[in-house]
Amino acid sequence: MNQTPYRLVVGLEVHVQLSTETKLFCGCSTTFGAPPNTQVCPVCLGLPGSLPVLNEKAVQLAIRTGLALNCKIAEVTKWDRKNYFYPDLPKGYQISQFDQPICGEGYLDFPDPDAPETTQRVRLIRAHLEEDAGKSMHDEVHGRADSKIDLNRTGTPLLEIVSFPDLTSAAAAKAYLTELRLLLTYLGVSDCNMQEGSLRADANVNLHIPVDGNDIATPIVEVKNLNSFRAVERAIQYEAGRQFELWKQTGKTIKDAPKQTRGWDDEAGVTKAQREKEESADYRYFPDPDLVPLRVTEAMLSQQKVVLGESPSAARNRLQVNLGLKPYDADVIVSQGQSMVAYFDGVVAGGADPKRSSNWIQQDVMRTLKENDLSVEQFPISAARLSELLRAIDASVVDNTRGKSIFQYLLEHDATIPDAMAALGIVQVDSSEIETLCKELIDENPKVIAEARAGNAKALGSLIGAARKKNANADAKVVRELLQKMIDAM
Amino acid sequence: MQLEILSAVQLGAMIAKREVSCREVSKYFLDRVHQFDSIVSAMVNVFDEATVMEQADQVDSRILGGEKLSPLAGLPITIKDVLCLEGLPTTCSSKMLQNFRPPYNATSVQRLIDAGMIVLGKTNMDEFAMGSSTENSAFFPSRNPWALDRTPGGSSGGSAVTVAAGMSPLSIGSDTGGSVRQPAAFCGVCGLKPTYGLVSRFGLIAFASSLDQVGPFAHHVEDLAAVLQVIAGHDPRDSTSLNVAIPDLTSGLNAPLKGLRVGVVREHQDHPALDPEISKAVQATQKLLQSLGATIEEVHLPNSRHSVATYYVIAPCEASSNLARYEAAHYGYRARMTTEASSKSSTSGRNPLEEMMVVSRSQGLGEEVKRRIMLGTFALSAGYSDAYYKQALKVRRLIANDYQQAFQKVDVLLGPAFPTPAFRLGEKIDDPVQMYLGDQFTVEANLAGIPAMSLPAGFTRDGLPLAIQLQAPQLQEARLLNVGHQLQRAGLFEPKIAGLV
Amino acid sequence: MNVSREDILKVASLSKLELAEAEFEVVASKFRNVLAFVEQLNEVDTTGVEEMAHPVDVHTVTRSDTLQESLDHDVALSNAPKSDGEFFLVPPVLG
Ligand SMILES: [Zn+2]
Repeated sequence: MNQTPYRLVVGLEVHVQLSTETKLFCGCSTTFGAPPNTQVCPVCLGLPGSLPVLNEKAVQLAIRTGLALNCKIAEVTKWDRKNYFYPDLPKGYQISQFDQPICGEGYLDFPDPDAPETTQRVRLIRAHLEEDAGKSMHDEVHGRADSKIDLNRTGTPLLEIVSFPDLTSAAAAKAYLTELRLLLTYLGVSDCNMQEGSLRADANVNLHIPVDGNDIATPIVEVKNLNSFRAVERAIQYEAGRQFELWKQTGKTIKDAPKQTRGWDDEAGVTKAQREKEESADYRYFPDPDLVPLRVTEAMLSQQKVVLGESPSAARNRLQVNLGLKPYDADVIVSQGQSMVAYFDGVVAGGADPKRSSNWIQQDVMRTLKENDLSVEQFPISAARLSELLRAIDASVVDNTRGKSIFQYLLEHDATIPDAMAALGIVQVDSSEIETLCKELIDENPKVIAEARAGNAKALGSLIGAARKKNANADAKVVRELLQKMIDAM
Repeated sequence: MQLEILSAVQLGAMIAKREVSCREVSKYFLDRVHQFDSIVSAMVNVFDEATVMEQADQVDSRILGGEKLSPLAGLPITIKDVLCLEGLPTTCSSKMLQNFRPPYNATSVQRLIDAGMIVLGKTNMDEFAMGSSTENSAFFPSRNPWALDRTPGGSSGGSAVTVAAGMSPLSIGSDTGGSVRQPAAFCGVCGLKPTYGLVSRFGLIAFASSLDQVGPFAHHVEDLAAVLQVIAGHDPRDSTSLNVAIPDLTSGLNAPLKGLRVGVVREHQDHPALDPEISKAVQATQKLLQSLGATIEEVHLPNSRHSVATYYVIAPCEASSNLARYEAAHYGYRARMTTEASSKSSTSGRNPLEEMMVVSRSQGLGEEVKRRIMLGTFALSAGYSDAYYKQALKVRRLIANDYQQAFQKVDVLLGPAFPTPAFRLGEKIDDPVQMYLGDQFTVEANLAGIPAMSLPAGFTRDGLPLAIQLQAPQLQEARLLNVGHQLQRAGLFEPKIAGLV
Repeated sequence: MNVSREDILKVASLSKLELAEAEFEVVASKFRNVLAFVEQLNEVDTTGVEEMAHPVDVHTVTRSDTLQESLDHDVALSNAPKSDGEFFLVPPVLG
């Protein structure tokens, strides 16, 4: 890592769309991709006289997330209006949570990008529920035609998770976001689909520059429009460089300038200042008189604790400590999602060796999934069947090469391992047959044996092929071991 | 037969017994609307005769079919134009919503329709319910049928007028700071504001959400009870709707008042602005109650003097946000953007979108509404919110506490509804503070969320209606109606139709 | 408090309203009068008093996550000042 003449300070605000059927305050669908303005009703259109009623599922998912993020869950939470005018906000205010968010302080540990065997911790300030705005489409070409407003997304439940500025590099920000997304999908609270806008991040970035033994902080910039993990990383890197150059030129510090908002232009790879009127920052928050406070009961908490399940970090830990996987291997499996962990657990539970299970899953299973664009739930070989196959390899009933053939066969046929072996003409050879075979080989290849006795370990290799010709089912490993034993005894 | 002087309950019984058809009754009142509305300007939109008759015939055939309908089935009603109703525009008497057609009915309206009532049309009001005279209507002021040069009060002025002039036996309006009770008082009819949350606000176009309530107008207290019985009750579409069982509001109307503890608020009765004739009406009511076996006690509401200021911070704050939706993007008035306006956008520094919003709002909303929006925006803005909005919420608590204490000593409170009888059109329109001060006896019930009712109490020497107000603890509507009904029977007032011919 | 011309213009702008020069003084003086009137609230000692945002004690009102019918597309757009039959249309942000 390059030494920089500054310390980067980053906090992330992450908006997560919660996986509810209906919107936060009305019964309209949240399904993505419907024709414009077809998932709207008087409430989410903001028609006069309409009133919001809170979706209990959104509350449940927020509590579940808060618990998983080690947050203090509020006993009483309430709803506030954030007032600003924009045509994709039909009521002229957004219903949000101002001073009593549903989730208070918490934290998340994530794998350290610089030292993958350890973790870093980001502290969280809060997580609150709010409704999403609609979508405005502007005339990007000339800027003169009318803008089009689609209110299908208006009122979709969002959880905004705000971190402390604990992140010290672009890579760390990306790693935190990666872990957060993984956790949210494990919890089943969001599909976290960035293309569909289910996960959106804004980054607050500034620099601490040591000058004469003191840290000088540059003005904080909020970078918006980060639509991919790569964008998060690139935008933060860019912003760090930009702020440092700017500081060198102007010497402006956090005391000289208010927080600025900049948008990330992914194509150009730069952040651009966003036009903002001074008054737009005055949101005039006040408690929404149309909604009543929410009291979070013990029952509501325990209902969510029961369904929390294993977090990615707990899964990684278990795979390493209990099952002996290397951190890297544990991480690969865990990163594939909860179903992959369940599949792995199923294979191991069937009696297969954990490391062999991990190797086969990472290579054969994941490759097949990728090639065929399948999810693990759609994978044709059940965990129990794969376990049976790996057990057969563990017990040298078949060798690894034969195992791969059986694996290929199982992808297309629903068969037991013995049936698959029979279909492929694979027969387990008994030990007396192998002994006879080896004696024949020794008798027929005196030259090779002499070389082997002289210490050339590679010499035996040529005999394995010959053994296979005599009996296709002979296990190469077993043959080699027996030959060696016989030669040693000569 | 003169149907307009009958109680709605009586008239409903006649319809049920087929002594008179719903068609005849509806036609009778619709004719009176056509006859008098040009004089009093109470209605914003009226259903055409064919539509009204079709509704009426449906009810008649249901009655003929032997169906058991609500006691109000077949009775005409008018609806303040702040409540959403399919089939006509719902305008809030604002240019902003002049052509707005809601695709749904307000819950309270739907319940009236489900009960078989016949909606005649929508009544005029102060724009967005902001006002006490119906002079803030963007369309025209309504006139008091007892004195045409005077206001009918507001904001539900049109509703009060339709009942007072016998254009409809019943009406419903909304009351945010007295907007049912004060026009009822000015027009010599009964008006009730229920406990906050008793009647659903779904479909009631918001002025100040934590204060707004829907309430009925009628000539007879028993009619208020009958209408409230229909519209009250939990609505899952309104989060602030109270999930409580609604008692039978009519069965207790005749309970004797012996032992009733009545409180008279010293601060109200001693108020310097109180008209002597109204003060006397309150004293007369006090005597009448005593004669019915009630005891009178003096009570104090020490924070009463701050109630108007409290109200005029909280209501504008909520209104500033509630009316932000009128941004001319999805419904409502949009100003025609001329090239002149577009070029102005460059001088104003606004982009075309902002220019459209600003010009539409500035043209589509009236002066009083705009000023209240600005006041609320100011009181909620950074640096002022603590001193104004939050302080007002605290004083509101003190006022509510005063009431709680008072109701530990007494069952109901008796006092004036408004300091004066109906004032003249134009008399106060240029002095908002004077106009607001009139609301001092009514806003407290909204701040505290309690039920309150104004009842006619005779006439001034000049022939203007006098009125008193009764207030009760939350959810004690039955008690309030019982007292009102007994007062009516004992002769506090005789229902009268203002003669316009 | 003293409310300057600039304060009033700023509040109008925050409210997305504009005041014509001809009406400014009338509106401003009424605005100042009302503000002066409500300032009496500052005299009230509210130490330790809880804010009262709701007049009744109701809490934890929720609905189940069940789909309800949305409006027909043409009904949703029926009140739109301008629409292309698919979207609500508003003037552009850029001038
Ligand atoms: Zn909706």
